[in-house]
Amino acid sequence: MPKDDGIGASTKRREDVRFLTGNGKYTDDINLRGQCFVHFLRSDVAHGRIKGIDAAAAEGMPGVLKVFTSADFETAGGIPCGWQVTDRFGEVMQEPKHPILAEGKVRHVGDPIAAVVAETYEQARDAAEAIEVDIEQLEAVVDMKAALAEGAPKVHDDLTSNLCYDWGFVEDNKDAVNAAFESAAHVVSLELTNNRLVANPMEPRVAVGDYDPWGDNHTLYTTSQNPHVIRLLMGAFVLNIPEHKLRVVAPDVGGGFGSKIYHYAEEAFCTYAAKVLKRPVKWTSSRSEAFISDAHGRDHKTKIELALDADHNFTALCTETYANMGAYLSTFAPSIPTWLHGTLMAGNYRTPLIYVNVKAVFTNTVPVDAYRGAGRPEATFQIERLVDKAARELGVDPIELRRKNFIKADQFPYQTPVAVVYDTGNYDATMDKMLELADYANFEKRMEESKARGKLRGFGIAHYIEACGIAPSNLVGQLGARAGLYESASVRVNATGSISVYTGSHSHGQGHETSFAQVVAEMIGVDANSIEIHHGDTSNTPMGMGTYGSRSLAVGGSAIVKATNKIIDKAKKIAAHLLEAAPEDIELKDGKFSVAGTDKSVDWSGVTLAAYVPHNYPLEDLEPGLEETAFYDPSNFTYPSGAYGCEIELDPETGKIDILRFIAADDFGNIVNPMIVEGQVHGGLAQGIGQALLENCAYDAEGQLLSGSFMDYAMPRADDVRGFTVDHSCITPCTHNPLGVKGCGEAGAIGSPPAVVNAAIDALHRAGHTQVTHIDMPLTPARVWAAMKA
Amino acid sequence: MHNFDFVKPSSVEEAIAALASEEAQPISGGQTLIPSMKARLNAPETLVSLTGIAELKGVCPDGDSLVIGAATTHATVAADAASHFPGLAALAGQIGDPAVRNRGTLGGSLANNDPSACYPAAVLGTGAAIVTNAREIAADDYFQGMFTTALEDGEIITSVRFPIAEKSAYAKFLQPASRFALTGVFVAKYASGVRVAVTGASENGVFRLAEAEAALSQNFSAEAISGLQCSAHEMIADLHGTPEYRAHLVGVMTRRAVAAAR
Ligand SMILES: Cc1cc2nc3c(=O)[nH]c(=O)nc-3n(C[C@H](O)[C@H](O)[C@H](O)COP(=O)(O)OP(=O)(O)OC[C@H]3O[C@@H](n4cnc5c(N)ncnc54)[C@H](O)[C@@H]3O)c2cc1C
Repeated sequence: MPKDDGIGASTKRREDVRFLTGNGKYTDDINLRGQCFVHFLRSDVAHGRIKGIDAAAAEGMPGVLKVFTSADFETAGGIPCGWQVTDRFGEVMQEPKHPILAEGKVRHVGDPIAAVVAETYEQARDAAEAIEVDIEQLEAVVDMKAALAEGAPKVHDDLTSNLCYDWGFVEDNKDAVNAAFESAAHVVSLELTNNRLVANPMEPRVAVGDYDPWGDNHTLYTTSQNPHVIRLLMGAFVLNIPEHKLRVVAPDVGGGFGSKIYHYAEEAFCTYAAKVLKRPVKWTSSRSEAFISDAHGRDHKTKIELALDADHNFTALCTETYANMGAYLSTFAPSIPTWLHGTLMAGNYRTPLIYVNVKAVFTNTVPVDAYRGAGRPEATFQIERLVDKAARELGVDPIELRRKNFIKADQFPYQTPVAVVYDTGNYDATMDKMLELADYANFEKRMEESKARGKLRGFGIAHYIEACGIAPSNLVGQLGARAGLYESASVRVNATGSISVYTGSHSHGQGHETSFAQVVAEMIGVDANSIEIHHGDTSNTPMGMGTYGSRSLAVGGSAIVKATNKIIDKAKKIAAHLLEAAPEDIELKDGKFSVAGTDKSVDWSGVTLAAYVPHNYPLEDLEPGLEETAFYDPSNFTYPSGAYGCEIELDPETGKIDILRFIAADDFGNIVNPMIVEGQVHGGLAQGIGQALLENCAYDAEGQLLSGSFMDYAMPRADDVRGFTVDHSCITPCTHNPLGVKGCGEAGAIGSPPAVVNAAIDALHRAGHTQVTHIDMPLTPARVWAAMKA
Repeated sequence: MHNFDFVKPSSVEEAIAALASEEAQPISGGQTLIPSMKARLNAPETLVSLTGIAELKGVCPDGDSLVIGAATTHATVAADAASHFPGLAALAGQIGDPAVRNRGTLGGSLANNDPSACYPAAVLGTGAAIVTNAREIAADDYFQGMFTTALEDGEIITSVRFPIAEKSAYAKFLQPASRFALTGVFVAKYASGVRVAVTGASENGVFRLAEAEAALSQNFSAEAISGLQCSAHEMIADLHGTPEYRAHLVGVMTRRAVAAAR
């Protein structure tokens, strides 16, 4: 049994007390003295040339302090991109400027043209309506293939085309892959779309810029998953403010799902305008604004092919993907369809030869970047749909085809042909677990029951692999990252023994304040309630690469373990002095230091007090105080995996799909807090099911957003996702981080979409609709019905 | 939202007087009007609230009819009409979410005449009379296409008189995002015959399904309309369904409404 608050305990989330009692402090709750408000006038056309902006009338309106246009930002840099991809010919990607306010052209609906700062938000909005913008509308490019056609209108006039890059991976495998296809006994192919999504965290984005002329200090309060990254990008590349003059604070943040990783123009604007106006400047996004200004996710079009030999062994895999970048490069956009997608194309399988081609394309749409899973859901969806299709075409059991090609438990570490080395896993174990929990053996009986009620029942399977905690820094640097991917932690032990931990991993729903405290409590043996986890403020944490890619526990948690070990080492030395023993003989257990083999001991607070009141202290050998910092740079990714089963009922009259059961059997390595893990999986599943059945960010041919509100953008509701069976008892601990943990934040969103779609195809095939080989997500009733009629 | 004046009269006469000014507009539950004002799509100078007028509220049986005040919320109709007219009460209980049902009103819904709204199907499907401060308008004359009605400027709905059906039901297929009706069908059986009205499907707003009415008046059963074909002509095409899909759903939902009628 785990200790009450130690590793393995389902400790209730301490942060929930403030969230559920209305005491959370979000960025919009921050109201500074003298604060004024900005409203952004945004383009309502997708593509156009700005011929003039007349703000004279607006400037004279009540309460207006200033109307800003791009002319006010001539000395500022553009919003930078944090990753440079090199294409298959060795050339670097095309990287357009991303101005804070549109310069010369607008490139998507929502592109900010001007910003009005006024005493009140409503005054700013009123004045924005009085700005006259003369825009010559240009033909928009929305479809990726059309954007690459000869003579297509260019999103950026100074680039050679709308192609950001044409990436091949592994380029040297290409000929061998082609040869394998030529000699294959079977080739299975599939064309599919990974639908564009809008993250829609519950809290829209907010930024408050503040400037203090006393010390020429800037502060930005923002809804960010990684305040240090914002400080680095905005300070160094956009506004030229050195780190020691810029503080970025991300207080409570109401969900991010990736969309709050990036540095956005509104953040730079508020920081800059606060200095110009010498007053705090606040921006609060409306939900409508979020739809046209938060980075979107996914949006891939792919053709994927699998070669098999006569025994149904996978011999080669080849894909061609078009990845939408939108109108500008968001912070990590270029890395998502490449390094976070191509490297996962082996899936759980031993496919020896793989070639991935990705063409990243500029279009007149909102920029696209990471969204929960980022690249890995796109990879998993392709592979798991294709394997299912292969089983159907070959007339074999989809479970057996998977098992036949799985990397087996005794084959780890496993070097894939797409660069990465999986450290551990046991895919048959998770598959067994899922099938057991699903009561798969009795599926056909349940199908007959459905049939008696006029409904079609189907069971869909997906097995995923993902790579979390992207690392190590020197490798990602070679791959084009313009940042490192370590994490830092400072552990400050206070005189009376309480502990303040400062972590660079921001928490915005993940429960770090609870689970990180459990780790430290376990290591030292003190009550978790004496440990506070601080995050989200660049002024008190040495550095932080932030929270994304399910990296917090694996990377941030490891940094905390390292720093805590340093604390324990030093505390043992102090204890040794107090107990007049050698440090090697000191044992720490349950918060007590004792000399091995004796009954001599001193408790935790005795040592911590000695560190700060060093009257009896080895001052010649040891500094007073008890505070340590560590940076942890992982040696590899972690590789969670799992088997997902989805059982659906389909109404053949309307095409509506109901999910009856969803089973997730995940291998996340060691588990610190099972309840939090379960919650993370539930959330991921809801989003994955949302993508599969409901969510669809759609543009018309003119680049107008058709799903610009919740009236048309269908978010999953509670009755769409009625319950899940979640298991994480299959454990192969990560071999290279101190906790043996892998990460669980994205798994649900990665593994579920193919399971849902496979279930729908299964239901249709079992009912004789064998002409339906694929339906693009979301599987709305209308699409399913149309596929059945086809 | 732009600034506006707000008045809350306690009688219909006062409301009509307040609405005489150019830029005045009635507001009932505000569930449609307030979002459009927040989006700055609508900017009345004066809002005249109808929710303080007692005579506009309540569910009142009157012989063969049920009279419902225009400012009665969906939640009240769902509760108070249940024993008198279960099909109508069930429709009200399916509108929106609890917040919408506890604010939104019958009169607001009918004045707005959203092509995907639920109440228009019940009003047309029962042949109800829309009672205004000035006159009574038959349902067949009231609905004049998407967001268009027979109401004059400054005229307000005061109540709706629903003939109580022997049997009725509303079958609603949800638009996945808004959960308005992607296609909804109200079926009502009377001694004089059957009425069927369809919402959510047509570019022309709510409409009656004459072919189904004729067949069901002969034989009130789902089988009687098993071959019902509805033309996709002038059906709505959007993200959520093609005209063909909606035309298909008309048949499915009509059969389901008949099967569910009680
Ligand atoms: C989230 C959400 C979900 C919804 N789901 C559904 C649904 O599933 N089905 C459905 O049918 N509807 C749905 N609605 C709409 C809801 O039913 C609204 O309440 C209704 O459309 C308007 O009623 P109201 O009382 O709020 O009107 P208001 O918003 O107050 O007014 C609407 C319009 O009618 C005018 N008006 C109001 N009362 C009168 C009157 N007595 N005489 C003349 N003009 C008047 C106003 O001037 C305004 O133009 C939904 C709304 C929301 C916000």
